[in-house]
Amino acid sequence: MFAKILPYLLAGISVGGQYALIAIGYTMVYGILRLINFAHGDIFTVAGFIMVYAAASLPLTVSVPLVIILTVILGVMVEKVAYKPLRTAPRMSVMISAIGMSYLLQNLMWYLTGGLAKQYPTLPWVSNTVTVLGCTTKRVTLITPFLTVLLVVVLVLLIQKTRIGMAMRAASRDFETAQLMGIKINNVISFTFVVGSFLAAVGSMLYFSNYATVSPTVGAMPGLKAFVAAVFGGIGSIPGAVIGGFVIGICESLIKGAGLTTFSDAFTFALLIVILAVKPTGLFGENLTEKV
Amino acid sequence: MLKIENLKVSYGGIRALRGISLDVPDGKIVTLIGANGAGKSTMLRSITGLVKAESGSIQWNGQELLGKSIDRIVSAGIALSPEGRRVFADLTVLENLKIGAYLRSDKAEIERDLQWVYSLFPRLQERSWQMAGTLSGGEQQMLAVGRALMSRPKLMMLDEPSLGLAPLVVQDIFSIIREINKQGVTVLLIEQNANMALKIADFAYVLETGNITLSGTGAELLVNEKVKEAYLGKRKD
Repeated sequence: MFAKILPYLLAGISVGGQYALIAIGYTMVYGILRLINFAHGDIFTVAGFIMVYAAASLPLTVSVPLVIILTVILGVMVEKVAYKPLRTAPRMSVMISAIGMSYLLQNLMWYLTGGLAKQYPTLPWVSNTVTVLGCTTKRVTLITPFLTVLLVVVLVLLIQKTRIGMAMRAASRDFETAQLMGIKINNVISFTFVVGSFLAAVGSMLYFSNYATVSPTVGAMPGLKAFVAAVFGGIGSIPGAVIGGFVIGICESLIKGAGLTTFSDAFTFALLIVILAVKPTGLFGENLTEKV
Repeated sequence: MLKIENLKVSYGGIRALRGISLDVPDGKIVTLIGANGAGKSTMLRSITGLVKAESGSIQWNGQELLGKSIDRIVSAGIALSPEGRRVFADLTVLENLKIGAYLRSDKAEIERDLQWVYSLFPRLQERSWQMAGTLSGGEQQMLAVGRALMSRPKLMMLDEPSLGLAPLVVQDIFSIIREINKQGVTVLLIEQNANMALKIADFAYVLETGNITLSGTGAELLVNEKVKEAYLGKRKD
């Protein structure tokens, strides 16, 4: 019995970690801007394509950092172009701008890549197969949860212990008073996008190492599920996003293992509906009074 | 010295300040009294850069502040303790104080100022690890004042520090304001509690619907008939 479940459990934990890394980007941006950054899933996909093209001509030691740097730049640019000019606009306008940004990125990818699925490069060592407890899997499956937890711990320390982290926490509650302390809000927001995009880039490497091909809309589904994970955990809460990511990843995988593959996506979105109906603030969400 | 000349500010089509001039000399306590909606908060918000002024000038030791970014104004030595206290509820008391010194990098001096704030408000030291949101209203006000002091301001602006506080606590806050001033910090105080404010003020202005209608020393305004009638409660003689 256990031997049958184990591969699905491992795969679930792994994909859950990948959802978690993406979900953190959603939840952090929401925490500070009260905005669902719909372009986040597409940034994740772009990171995949950058890797495809970078690895075609550069060694991995160069292309891996390059993917991270370019993805971070893209994330910050999206903020500067699509959200910053709307800082004082109603929230609905910013959200529509985010949807527009998402489609813009998707269509740019169609245009620039020709729309065909590209083979994701094989990362040596992480893509190798290993056998755990009699179950064969890629090494990336085993690495993902540990890397995710490590990154989350670093992130939490950053937010709790550093000056910029303190500024982020202050700004996420009260822009105006944070400014009175001399905090430059735009820098804090940019930093949030740097962190979110960095994690999306890492998540994309782990995700595509497992799934092998990248196409312009392939990020939509994991992006959407990571969003559900963030809502499930309580949007704005980082631990919530991580737990949400793992829960959804594991459940989906186990449902597939039970032979109900067709229902695994339905499960995730049914979960979203249930959460919104029963506890709209999610697992760890607070009843935030709206910012004035 | 802060010198404001002919300051005009509009808010969404409504003119909130219609050409205000006032001086805040170094080392003094200056107060601005007036009814709700007279433009008092707008005044402080435009000094600190949160609200953009239409015209006029705000000179701080000869330096024009209009058009400067908020962080530049804060590092020039102007701090605001905002209306409604606005402490960061899910940061600890200590973090709230530290964030007040956000723009400073002189660690040893920050530590000294922290001890100074603790000596002014021993209650804050007792509760330094508590979340600011769990403090009482009076303690939150102390924290808001302490937080503003942590930027080591030369000019401290306080927006309605007595709002919603019990009379005894108000007394405390006002004696602290006096104490801060004695230690060399210039104070610009906005109050609806005109009686308390005029008692500690060296100089006072009365603001009515965006215009300054009266000014004088605190003692002068305390006995002024118009002020008595409008702000201190009419007395039957």
